[in-house]
Amino acid sequence: MIKFSIVVFPGSNCDHDAYHAAKHVLGQEAEFVWHKETSLHGADVVVLPGGFSHGDYLRTGAIARFSPVMSAVAEFARAGGPVLGICNGFQILCEAGLLPGAMLRNRDLKFHCEHVSIRVEQTDTPFTSRASRGQVLRIPIAHGEGNYYAEPDVLASLESSGRVVFRYCDARGQVTEAANPNGSLHGIAGICNERRNVVGLMPHPERACERPLGSADGLVLFESVVSSLASHGALRTA
Amino acid sequence: MKARVFVTLKPSVFDPQGQTIVEALHSMGYAGVGDVRQGKYFELEVSSTSAEQARALASEVADKLLANPVIESYRIEVE
Repeated sequence: MIKFSIVVFPGSNCDHDAYHAAKHVLGQEAEFVWHKETSLHGADVVVLPGGFSHGDYLRTGAIARFSPVMSAVAEFARAGGPVLGICNGFQILCEAGLLPGAMLRNRDLKFHCEHVSIRVEQTDTPFTSRASRGQVLRIPIAHGEGNYYAEPDVLASLESSGRVVFRYCDARGQVTEAANPNGSLHGIAGICNERRNVVGLMPHPERACERPLGSADGLVLFESVVSSLASHGALRTA
Repeated sequence: MKARVFVTLKPSVFDPQGQTIVEALHSMGYAGVGDVRQGKYFELEVSSTSAEQARALASEVADKLLANPVIESYRIEVE
């Protein structure tokens, strides 16, 4: 069994969705880890869930990145452990410097809560290994600040090293301006770090893991990490 | 002492809020306002004994927390 540790910040509100996906849909182990803790309770996978940590005060994720648990998350990531940041979790990973770039207000200043299509660009991360390149996933977004920004040299390096993992697209998989819900540069919906074990994305795969919820397309991220760990061996932490 | 920190988006970063504000001003008839950039303003009460010390402290907390260097820059005033 693979153990998912789901970090809970004050204001996290997708922690239970991630727990449900890991434990009840996939049948794996799952445990909540309060942000004041300094250990990840023997995690094989760490999830930073969506929500509004610390009320999004100052900047999204800006306060959460200083939570005591984040040192353990950084150490886990450095050791090669798979880390998934979803929505606010992605924002926290950017603020913490575990992923490059930053999030701006959506270009139309609106909070977008809708299903969108995203295209899988890379399958050599632990969270996309079971997907196919070019696969279109129907997954919900729910954010006001998901407008991904990075300096031109950082963007160029993300592109040249194949670190854009997901892009907003239309239903046929075409990346167009009309399909970009928030103004993200290069239609970026998700990226990974250089080592490819830390992945962040604005859409919510954990809310799209069962057909009755409208889509089960998000399940592939969780199935991927379970199968990656099964084939490469899990990295148990203290 | 008091340190004031003004955080603004870097010139290269699009500011949708500033854009919306300037469009509102234009529709109100203020054609003389060319551009608006929205920022954040912080007042810090610091126990420093000199202006240099206060500025150094404000700069440190701005670097670490108040501003995100990827998208923002800041300016400090001390009194």
